Amino acid sequence: MSTPLLRTERLKKYFEVKRGFIRRSKGYVRAVDGVSLTLNRGEAISIVGESGCGKTTLGKTILRLYEPIGGKIIFNNKDITYLRWKDLKWYRRETGLIQQDPFGALPSFMTTKGILQEPLIINGVKDKKERMEKIYRSLEQVRLTPIEDFIGKYPHMLSGGQQQRLVIARSIILEPKLIIADEPVSMLDASVRVEILKLLQNLQRDYKLSIIYITHDLSTTRYFSEMIYIMYAGHIVEGASTKEILKSPMHPYTKALLNVIPDPDPSNRLKVREVPAGEPPNLLSPPSGCRFNPRCINIIKGVCDSKEPPMFEVDKDHYVKCWLYDHT
Amino acid sequence: MEKEHLNVKNLLMYYRTRKGEVRAVDNVSFFLPRGETVAVIGESGCGKSSLARSIIRLLPRNVSIYKGIVLFNGLNLMELDEESFMKKIRWIKITYVPQAALNSLNPVLRIGDQMIEPMILHQKMQKDDALHKAANALRNIGISKEFIKSYPFELSGGMRQRVIIAMSLLTNPELMILDEPTSSLDVLTQANIMNILKNIKKDLKLSMIFITHDVSLSSELADKVAVMYAGQIVEFNDADIIYHEPRHPYSQKLMESVPTLRTDKKLSFIPGSPPSLLSPPEGCRFAERCPYAHERCSRDPPLVYIDKEFYVKCWLYERG
Ligand SMILES: Nc1ncnc2c1ncn2[C@@H]1O[C@H](COP(=O)(O)OP(=O)(O)OP(=O)(O)O)[C@@H](O)[C@H]1O
Ligand SMILES: Nc1ncnc2c1ncn2[C@@H]1O[C@H](COP(=O)(O)OP(=O)(O)OP(=O)(O)O)[C@@H](O)[C@H]1O
Ligand code: SF4
Ligand SMILES: [Mg+2]
Ligand SMILES: [Mg+2]
Repeated sequence: MSTPLLRTERLKKYFEVKRGFIRRSKGYVRAVDGVSLTLNRGEAISIVGESGCGKTTLGKTILRLYEPIGGKIIFNNKDITYLRWKDLKWYRRETGLIQQDPFGALPSFMTTKGILQEPLIINGVKDKKERMEKIYRSLEQVRLTPIEDFIGKYPHMLSGGQQQRLVIARSIILEPKLIIADEPVSMLDASVRVEILKLLQNLQRDYKLSIIYITHDLSTTRYFSEMIYIMYAGHIVEGASTKEILKSPMHPYTKALLNVIPDPDPSNRLKVREVPAGEPPNLLSPPSGCRFNPRCINIIKGVCDSKEPPMFEVDKDHYVKCWLYDHT
Repeated sequence: MEKEHLNVKNLLMYYRTRKGEVRAVDNVSFFLPRGETVAVIGESGCGKSSLARSIIRLLPRNVSIYKGIVLFNGLNLMELDEESFMKKIRWIKITYVPQAALNSLNPVLRIGDQMIEPMILHQKMQKDDALHKAANALRNIGISKEFIKSYPFELSGGMRQRVIIAMSLLTNPELMILDEPTSSLDVLTQANIMNILKNIKKDLKLSMIFITHDVSLSSELADKVAVMYAGQIVEFNDADIIYHEPRHPYSQKLMESVPTLRTDKKLSFIPGSPPSLLSPPEGCRFAERCPYAHERCSRDPPLVYIDKEFYVKCWLYERG
């Protein structure tokens, strides 16, 4: 087997929170707290979790847009966790980010051409003809065609879906190997959503792109990625193939999620769904033990609330961070 | 006709803008039996919120046309002047949870004070009675009465939305209009709110208009479904039918774009985008994107009634 494109080992990112006149440290928001995951070449994985669980922080830390405070990031067999900024230029070229909130993502005063040209200039593509070739190719890849119709337009002249395709064009123009797509479709309508996800999928297949798809919407992942990682309060709590997770979820949190997501079905209106009580913890002072323990119906008292569970491998390539699966 | 709690006929509401008239609600008809819920679904900008605002008559200043019939308990609300509408209908018989209501709570007022204000103002209640009623209302939605003394920022998004729902029920309304009540909330919080709405519907026998762009979510409450496209309802149908056998080509395409968790399905999308409401095509507004479009479609399609009650606005169903 070839080596994976990306691996993180117990990756950590905390944010210091300061308060008051003398800005004394009040503590740390433990947004990403020991995350290990693997991404193979040409593969797409999803990171799914609720608002504030640390998805964006994880994505940005992997891209070294945030400085990690612990753990490792191995890209292409190279440990890049603590490489200095000036030694990271190549890494920035080989990776791309599709930011959450597409509406703030494009500069309103630039045309399509200007927006796509910028990363090329920054990365030293000096030849004008070469730049135009790359711009045309990326617009074709995201199917903003006929190109003449779009190249001179400003973002406000584009529909939401077209803006998002432009964001994608910009993220692939330097031909990266890895794209992190942070909620790339959550602001879009259902039919446009599918269009954009299919577009990303085609890019992944045709250009051997690896993609980390960050979302709070479990139902789209099924059509998009081979692996799903479920995130809760700074931790990955379950990871398995998409099929496995949907067929036999194991972590109580994953089960709860799957249980409440509706498919379009008129009998839904006659059901009351079981929802775990409470809300996700504040990451400044997460509960000890398993972070889901205050909400968990399967809690083992004296264990779950005092010791953090490790990742148990319950099946081949099916990992669960939950004491219920401790069979040692 | 009286059996319908709400019956909307040929409702029209246009906005005036510098570029021309926006035909946001363009000849819309549907009905709602007492105690049932109609879900209004459709993509962003198709006119869902405008329809809600036209029913509860909370209109911005730049409305240029507002006409049609809105029968509520058999009474045509469109014939009421603003004063009687305000005294008898709005917030009293018909209540409304607007889109993005989460941020609508006054940040400097305690929850309790916000809740009792309208009761003291409109229903001339004593403060103690009002407070008692507010505490009860909170308990009904699973929030302990201690929170009466809290400020909005001390509550999570899901709790704030529940407070807003409780507030809108204080006057014992008959009809509740909910505009995207869970759209910025997490799935578990969303499920919690949907449970509460299901209970309200059952216990209080409330009629509801549930507006959402989320097709799967709409099936959590809907007895009837109205599919909106470019200012018009293109299909009005029973929930038991529409999720499995949508009739209008747009409804069909919309359903095909909805990902499902439990069943395998081939997803597809609708190329192109909806027409501008400034100058929508004269014929069928979906024609440009419709796989079945033919020459008749360049004329405005009639409402074709499939049975006595439900209709599709599409030439394919018009015989002869
Ligand atoms: N720059 C920052 N400084 C301090 N705290 C931060 C910062 N960025 C994020 N956080 C906190 O870290 C936690 C994780 O945030 P993050 O944005 O990664 O979550 P998310 O899963 O992407 O949420 P969403 O689904 O809402 O986008 C949150 O508690 C957030 O408030
Ligand atoms: N006050 C206004 N003046 C002019 N045009 C308006 C006004 N309010 C809404 N519109 C336009 O009317 C149309 C319908 O808007 P509306 O808000 O009803 O759509 P919607 O279906 O609720 O969309 P969303 O799902 O995004 O909430 C849109 O084209 C919108 O831009
Ligand atoms: S470890 Fe315990 S508390 Fe955590 S999810 Fe598993 S059973 Fe629930
Ligand atoms: Mg985020
Ligand atoms: Mg709206």
